[in-house]
Amino acid sequence: MLHTFVALVSDKPGVLTRVASLFRRLNINIVSLTVGESERASVSRMTIVCEAPEHAAHRIRASLYKLEITVDVDEVGRSEAVIRELCLIKVAAGPSHPLGQNSRSQIFELANVFRARVVDLAPESVMLEMTGAASKIEGLIQVITESGYTILEVSRTGRMAMRRGHHTSRVLKALGTPDGDEPSTPDFAARPKSNLLTNEFEDVHEEEE
Amino acid sequence: MGETSNTNQHPQLTGAEILWATLAGEGVDRVFGYPGGAILPIYDALRKFPIHHILVRHEQGASHMADGYARASGKVGVCMATSGPGATNLVTGIATAMLDSIPIVCITGQVSSKVLGSDAFQEVDITGITLPITKHNFLVTRAEDIARTVREAFQVAASGRPGPVLIDITKDAQQGSAPFSFEEAAPAAYRPHPMLRAESSSIQQAIELIKQSKRPLILAGHGITHSGAEAQVLAFAERQQIPVGCTLLGLGCFPTNHPLSLGMMGMHGESWVNHAIQQADLLLAFGMRFDDRVTGNLASYAPNAKKIHIEIDPSEINKNVKADVALIGDLRETLELLLPLLPKSSDTAWLREINAMKGDAAVRDIINLPDNGHLYAAHVINDIWREAVAAGREKDTIVVTDVGQHQMWEAQYYKHDTPRSLITSGGLGTMGFALPAAIGAKVACPEKDVWVVAGDGGFQMTASELSTIVQEGLAINIAVINNGFLGMVRQWQEAFYDKNYAASPILSPDFVMLAAAHGIDGAHVSKRKDVTPAVTKARTSGKAFLINFQVEKEDGVYPMIAPGAALHEMVRRPQKDPLLETSEDE
Repeated sequence: MLHTFVALVSDKPGVLTRVASLFRRLNINIVSLTVGESERASVSRMTIVCEAPEHAAHRIRASLYKLEITVDVDEVGRSEAVIRELCLIKVAAGPSHPLGQNSRSQIFELANVFRARVVDLAPESVMLEMTGAASKIEGLIQVITESGYTILEVSRTGRMAMRRGHHTSRVLKALGTPDGDEPSTPDFAARPKSNLLTNEFEDVHEEEE
Repeated sequence: MGETSNTNQHPQLTGAEILWATLAGEGVDRVFGYPGGAILPIYDALRKFPIHHILVRHEQGASHMADGYARASGKVGVCMATSGPGATNLVTGIATAMLDSIPIVCITGQVSSKVLGSDAFQEVDITGITLPITKHNFLVTRAEDIARTVREAFQVAASGRPGPVLIDITKDAQQGSAPFSFEEAAPAAYRPHPMLRAESSSIQQAIELIKQSKRPLILAGHGITHSGAEAQVLAFAERQQIPVGCTLLGLGCFPTNHPLSLGMMGMHGESWVNHAIQQADLLLAFGMRFDDRVTGNLASYAPNAKKIHIEIDPSEINKNVKADVALIGDLRETLELLLPLLPKSSDTAWLREINAMKGDAAVRDIINLPDNGHLYAAHVINDIWREAVAAGREKDTIVVTDVGQHQMWEAQYYKHDTPRSLITSGGLGTMGFALPAAIGAKVACPEKDVWVVAGDGGFQMTASELSTIVQEGLAINIAVINNGFLGMVRQWQEAFYDKNYAASPILSPDFVMLAAAHGIDGAHVSKRKDVTPAVTKARTSGKAFLINFQVEKEDGVYPMIAPGAALHEMVRRPQKDPLLETSEDE
């Protein structure tokens, strides 16, 4: 079965190797792994999805916690958490498509139904962006393919998970969270602006939301 | 440390000096190592600090010595090596420490940070190589990070379930300088663990299980020594009259002469212990991890027993054997929570039942057979123990074994009453461990008698450390159990490979002459009557002494559980042992 773990880890060189190496040692295949910044400075947040027997969950979680770089580990199930994935899909569409100019408008319709957004338009291709559960993304990909379109590229981030409600783990409380004694403030403002990737095309579409 | 406001008040030291000053601050006065290019700045600064460096003959010896030092003293052992081959030679010793949860800190030199990753001379990615065999490791590239890293490494190595930590320090970090303050480099409080406290509901469940049980058994593991819980285990066992079986690394944590002590369990464990495990209705696993050498076939392991697992490492729970109640936490603390709730019991029916099983085993026991002119390893080891007892030195003797048949005979026939009196590579089973680990033990405990018990195979793997013994003037006694075979391999070939003795006969040098070449006295012994006098001579010589015991060539370790067999399906010593009735006897 699929297990989803959320690990808060130090933001240092080599941390990804330590986490990945643990799964390699246990001979467990990682289905997806996303890493990014979290709400606290110098702590990264990983969402790891792996295929393993049901009884393996405790051991994986405890082994993850054994890593010295780990601040906290949580295992989340489908019901208790919001699990999302971001996907970019590039589809061949344009004047030279068999459907001609209509090929684009049909893609736009499909995108609308699935609440995907058009984020790039080139003479012979359309790029869609979509967030949602994995099944929804797979549904869109399937419909595009079955409608006779050629998918040129797919890039999926893998799942990200966050528990619903005002849940905070015991460890986070101990470390000082909005629930604990010491409120933590996100540290994003302190980061150098030059690190941000600019995406002007996306800004145009921002109002649609 | 660089960010603190009062850095100006602190002395400016080089990275190398910071390393030694921090080690000294952590209480280190002995390190085991081997110099080389990328660690020369550190060696250059050594003379300014009150730390004695023991020069090894091979870096594997350095990591084993730090390991033996840690096992004998309970403190963190420290070893160091240069980059590249120096670092890779440490690897076997690090893995040995990892598998047996031994706190050591390994310091390796590394090429300058500017050329990291460029395949520079003697560059190897040692943090990458040791990633799965260290509890944690660090790469340090700046002098100002050394103190903080070293202090964190000591904390990581010794806390929770202990383990080895490696610090790789680039040459430019050693040569750079930074203000030094030991106090300000203190690591933050160890990260809180969400699971590290036995829940009170689990404690209640455990007490209920114990109350209901008629046939309980304590499985005593290495965690008892790590936690310093020997007194609590003894109190626990006595209060409920629960018999105690030990794992290999648990030997010594419960006094052998105690009526509740059963001896070793597992593949070469005592037959009555293994039968008792299979017949028990409750197993109390104290700081042990149900290793495959202890359980035999898991499907048929202790089929009628509930299991209470007290363990500091949550990842060990339900790994091999499913626990009915898991109490996660430090063993001593957990037992102290349990003890006040534990009712007294004087029911000894179960103990009498187990003791009745000993009779049959005694008949087969080689120790009880009359002297037939042959020398058996079991006799040699038993006599070494008896000699120590007779001399009143049994509490002041450490036996360090290698790996193989002699290791099992030692576990069976040397009766360990004292914690840390047996040092052996249990988890990894590292041949060549004994001699260097004994050096570490002797350095840690110079007032104790230290015996190396090694086979002729394993001894030759690290025999070069004889020279280290002489250079350091260490009085270590060495018993080579010489049967001309890689004995355990031969026994398996006899049992499972049709006596096809492929590559197991081994030619050895004259070990007494080898010792003599190092300036170490020695003796050959091949008769039982000569064993004790030679042992006494070695123990009282005040110098290193090597005895070559020429023992029976094709003797086997019994009982034995074949791989995959159930724990009670033991192969017993044949009652009419062909070895005991040879034509020479007539």
